[in-house]
Amino acid sequence: MNILTGNDLKTGDVIWWTGLDWSRFVKDATDVGDKGEAILHREEAARRVNSPYIISAEQTDDGPRPGHIKDRVRALGPTVRPDLTLKPADPSAGEWVI
Amino acid sequence: MYQYDQYDQKMVDTRVEEFRDQVKRRLAGDLTEDQFKPLRLMNGLYLQLHAYMLRVAVPYGTLSSKQMRMLAHIARKYDRDYGHFTTRQNIQYNWIKLEDAPDILADLASVEMHAIQTSGNCIRNISSDQFAGATADEIADPRPWAEILRQWSSFHPEFSYLPRKFKFAVIASDTDRAAMRLHDIGIQLVHNDAGELGAKFFVGGGMGRTPMIAPEIRDFVPADELISYAEACLRVYNRYGRRDNKYKARIKILVHELGQEEYTRQVEEEFAHMKQLGLNPPVEELARITQYFQDPPFDKQASVDIDLSDPDFALWVDQNISAHKQPGYAIATISLKPRGGIPGDASSAQIDLMADLAEQYSFDELRVTHSQNIVLPHVKKSDLYAIWQRLDEAGLAPANLDLITDSIACPGLDYCSLANARSIPLAQKISERFADLGRQRELGELKLKISGCINACGHHHAGHIGILGVDRKGTENYQLLLGGSGAEDASLAKITGPGFTEDGVIDAIETVTDLYLEQREEGERFIDTYRRVGMARFKEAIYG
Repeated sequence: MNILTGNDLKTGDVIWWTGLDWSRFVKDATDVGDKGEAILHREEAARRVNSPYIISAEQTDDGPRPGHIKDRVRALGPTVRPDLTLKPADPSAGEWVI
Repeated sequence: MYQYDQYDQKMVDTRVEEFRDQVKRRLAGDLTEDQFKPLRLMNGLYLQLHAYMLRVAVPYGTLSSKQMRMLAHIARKYDRDYGHFTTRQNIQYNWIKLEDAPDILADLASVEMHAIQTSGNCIRNISSDQFAGATADEIADPRPWAEILRQWSSFHPEFSYLPRKFKFAVIASDTDRAAMRLHDIGIQLVHNDAGELGAKFFVGGGMGRTPMIAPEIRDFVPADELISYAEACLRVYNRYGRRDNKYKARIKILVHELGQEEYTRQVEEEFAHMKQLGLNPPVEELARITQYFQDPPFDKQASVDIDLSDPDFALWVDQNISAHKQPGYAIATISLKPRGGIPGDASSAQIDLMADLAEQYSFDELRVTHSQNIVLPHVKKSDLYAIWQRLDEAGLAPANLDLITDSIACPGLDYCSLANARSIPLAQKISERFADLGRQRELGELKLKISGCINACGHHHAGHIGILGVDRKGTENYQLLLGGSGAEDASLAKITGPGFTEDGVIDAIETVTDLYLEQREEGERFIDTYRRVGMARFKEAIYG
């Protein structure tokens, strides 16, 4: 599957395209098929996202899992600071990245 | 310490307001990201993996307590309560919001700080010896010269768009604590036979994907002509440095391709031309700047004795305290490498504490080291125990300076968008594996440096043991290097062979340190044994 990601213009937060809006959680990301380029151009022009790009991901029971480790780190947060990730209460969350 | 004059302050304040307007226009949609990106980068604002990252300049690594407290304030108010001290003697914040950036820069400007020229193809923060003005082994204080270079290079119209970024280091002793020869220009202050002060110039060093040790191109430039000579070096680079390929754009490539002799000839020609123009800084200005770097009022009666009855304190003194030029005083290095910790990270509370200690015990002064530690440069020996106790309570008293757990590590794939592999987890695991201080001390001086990509922010080329993280088909892989040094015996590390997994490279480090202990001769450090024994013996131990 292909999903869209980028950063929030104001906060810099990593965000993912849900089909309707942008979410901080990769589990909300939706498959954009071959429409990614058109969506990201529209959204970037509207300043709803900064520096967006398309990545491939694998659909899993927990939602999309980005294909590259760099985007998995982006999706979770720094593996060396579990307290600063999006899953601070889950000590094993970092395993999803690796 | 240098204090801004009206021009410095006006320049910085004006830049803050200019950037405030640029941010406003970006948020309003009047600027695209393509238009805005070079503007934010000129103010040290990057977009990294998780958020905007702000790199704040710490000129030649020197800070006052007031400035240090401001760094803590920024961490607390605008970031996530911590900062990361870098290998360029700067500090970075990883979780900045764009809309906060102008206010942060205004706060920095209120204590004579900024983030200008911490990115882009310009002259970056001037780095120097963290023991400057305190150590007995220097021939002069390098900081006035670093400050003059800072002023000369700030907003220099000719050098704002160089072929590539450009880094200076200035030292003033034969002991190199600043990796001087791994800079684009390394300057060592020296005396000539007549006892006059001048500078030795090394040009064309650097790390990155093509590491090189800077060759010496001139053994003596009179001190008052130092800026003109630097300008001549830059002019030749600006004229002929490649702009068509960023990987071949650094001055080291130009010096290498032209040849040291031809590059030097052109610099000398340019220098001769410049001398006719009379562009040396006015003598009065040199004197004005130098007066800010006078010795603090040392207590000439300070005791030279230290009560070492507390064994943990005694270890810290033995490992982290360096000789000071003034009897009764010492230089204390605060290690930001606790067991299992993140190299260079400090919480706002820790930053505040270090500021308090500097104010109370070190004439209000701190230094950031390129090894990602903090220095209290002027401490009475009789105050060391009180300082250590407070550091220990705050987790800031690891007695591991220059030992294997005092590693340098870049932010790596946990934070950096350029990285291919994580470097911090490796540093943490090595710190755990070698946690026993007795074992570390048995290994002695051992510079371990870890980079998460070929850009080498973690200085892996200059590590006695270096580690380079690479991406092997989407999986992190680590190459092991041996034999590098960023010190006065500068050398470039060589790759041992095929890479390893994270755990595999730590096992390999254990193998090479075991071999060192087995092979070493009296007084040899790891690097000395490696150089004597050679790579082949180490490779055999690692790969069989």
